[in-house]
Amino acid sequence: MNIFVVLKMVPDTVEELNVSQDGKSLDSEFLRFKLNDPDEHALEQALILKEKCGGKVTVIALDAPEVDDVLYTALAKGADRAVKIPVSQACLGTKATAKVLSDFFSSGREAVTLDTLVLAGSYAIDDLEGELAPMLAVHLGLPYLGVVSNVAASGPGLVVQKEFAGGLRGEFEVELPAVLGIQSAEKPPRYVPVAKVRAVMKSAKIEELEIPSPTDAVCLDVQRTYKPEAGGRAEIFEGSPEEIADKIVDALAKSGVI
Amino acid sequence: MAISILVLAEQLRGGISDITYEMLGAGRAIAQALGVPLEAVLLGSGASQLASSLGAADKVFVADNPGLDLAAPEAVAEVVKTLIDKTGAGIVLVGCTNVSLGIGSILAARSQMPLVNFCRAIKVDGGALICTSQLFGGKILSDVKLADGRGIIGVYPGAFPLEQGRSPRTPPTEAIDVPVQPSKVRFKQYIKPETGDVDITKQNVLVAVGRGIQTQDNVQLAEELAQALGGAVCASRPVIDQGWLPLTRQVGKSGMTVKPRVYLAFGISGAPEHWEGMQNSQCIIAVNTDPKAPIFDGAHYGAVTDAVELLPVLTEKVKMRKG
Ligand SMILES: Cc1cc2nc3c(=O)[nH]c(=O)nc-3n(C[C@H](O)[C@H](O)[C@H](O)COP(=O)(O)OP(=O)(O)OC[C@H]3O[C@@H](n4cnc5c(N)ncnc54)[C@H](O)[C@@H]3O)c2cc1C
Repeated sequence: MNIFVVLKMVPDTVEELNVSQDGKSLDSEFLRFKLNDPDEHALEQALILKEKCGGKVTVIALDAPEVDDVLYTALAKGADRAVKIPVSQACLGTKATAKVLSDFFSSGREAVTLDTLVLAGSYAIDDLEGELAPMLAVHLGLPYLGVVSNVAASGPGLVVQKEFAGGLRGEFEVELPAVLGIQSAEKPPRYVPVAKVRAVMKSAKIEELEIPSPTDAVCLDVQRTYKPEAGGRAEIFEGSPEEIADKIVDALAKSGVI
Repeated sequence: MAISILVLAEQLRGGISDITYEMLGAGRAIAQALGVPLEAVLLGSGASQLASSLGAADKVFVADNPGLDLAAPEAVAEVVKTLIDKTGAGIVLVGCTNVSLGIGSILAARSQMPLVNFCRAIKVDGGALICTSQLFGGKILSDVKLADGRGIIGVYPGAFPLEQGRSPRTPPTEAIDVPVQPSKVRFKQYIKPETGDVDITKQNVLVAVGRGIQTQDNVQLAEELAQALGGAVCASRPVIDQGWLPLTRQVGKSGMTVKPRVYLAFGISGAPEHWEGMQNSQCIIAVNTDPKAPIFDGAHYGAVTDAVELLPVLTEKVKMRKG
């Protein structure tokens, strides 16, 4: 199988997010970036597939802070090639990003073959304009299924599981070539020691492929971006762990569970 | 301008999903403000019968075709696009649920309509719509203006009251005949969750752990508290994805919906997808090191402290109180 994994960097929400002066976007000065969680699962699923049925895994990303580390880490985990498209991810909406990626596949250097599987995270936390994977599928003219949590090769195609709710899943047959939006891999993403990533940084190279920047970066008119007002804020228990524990026990007693 | 508003109704295993009524309620408010009709479309086996419960719509289009049961997103998008072309619907509401996610994006990429995803509130402003989207795991909101009142809106589950989309009236229906192309994505069967050791939907007390619990070993600390309380441990998605607890313990959008008397959340940020599954707990107590964690906005009680440090102390105190 010829597997491509689209990796996207997103702001790390563990850090405080601040709105910039214009009141419309995030203040990029203090943003830290990390790989979008579901994308990490997409990579894991790709590596598992490769281990089970052979093939090649290529990771692709647009330029963003920290992205080289992420690409080297992917190589250290077992990806065969890493390609960076030197178009800045910052401020690009989903539509524009999908356009850049579809240009990548029609660049002449890469092509969708009969055994191509494109994996991306099912969604990202900044998908205001829509999710990337289904939009890319439309551009490439390929079938799509999202919220997928398990992928297995079966004959010339795939058998995949899609999540519904309450733990219920559906099994689907998907013909290749196809695009899948991965929600979680069948196993937790593997860990790779930093030393191995360092070694890969010395031995491997990230390829670069020039693609023209899209003319329309975003298609939505964002009027205002802000932090939600605290709704009915919780009554906060203060004090040492012992004091807090006492107050929680009181609340538990009041609820009648002890 | 929107000539009409179209709701993509959702059914799963022969029942109408809640999101459908939530969207009908939201759609009705916009339709009233703009003075346009509210229409719905329902696809798949049994659609003609199920349509009778969508009385909040002025009209329901039905494609009662088994070929559209859990059909590939592009097949659904195709039907909706055909309808938009036919009716001139300018606003399309699609659920941001696991079942429907992706359809809005495909529709947006196929048509020239913009998509506003993860929407929690919609306001009509003259002929324009202001949609409020929830981003970055609930930490940021963005108001997006659809100036000409046209667009696809991805509606967040649980954001709009369900009651307003219910009506005792039986709506007029119109069967639509859509050719269903053989698809490259085919539904085969349902896979039910393995019945776990405990059913977290039946517990009085749930001790929930999130990414903030940090290690698999620390999950045991929550297990001990749950035992002391006579409850069970459940978790947010990252903990399940790590394989620290089985899938049957996941609470949220893809997991279980729970309503215990007490829900104790340790190291859970309160992302909307988690909130969806536990918001109706009678009492929510959250412990998180981040005073700004969204979970504190909805919890009844909270403590800003290290969950790993607090857990053993709390377990001891519970044991003491119970005697
Ligand atoms: C289609 C879809 C389906 C999804 N389904 C689900 C679902 O079913 N269930 C679900 O839960 N999520 C689901 N998600 C994922 C969801 O968006 C969030 O990513 C997830 O809920 C976050 O889990 P968390 O709160 O444990 O982690 P995080 O958001 O990373 O939060 C960890 C929290 O721990 C706190 N913390 C860190 N250290 C400590 C400490 N020592 N003590 C106390 N607190 C600490 C941090 O301040 C932070 O608030 C779904 C998402 C999508 C898009």
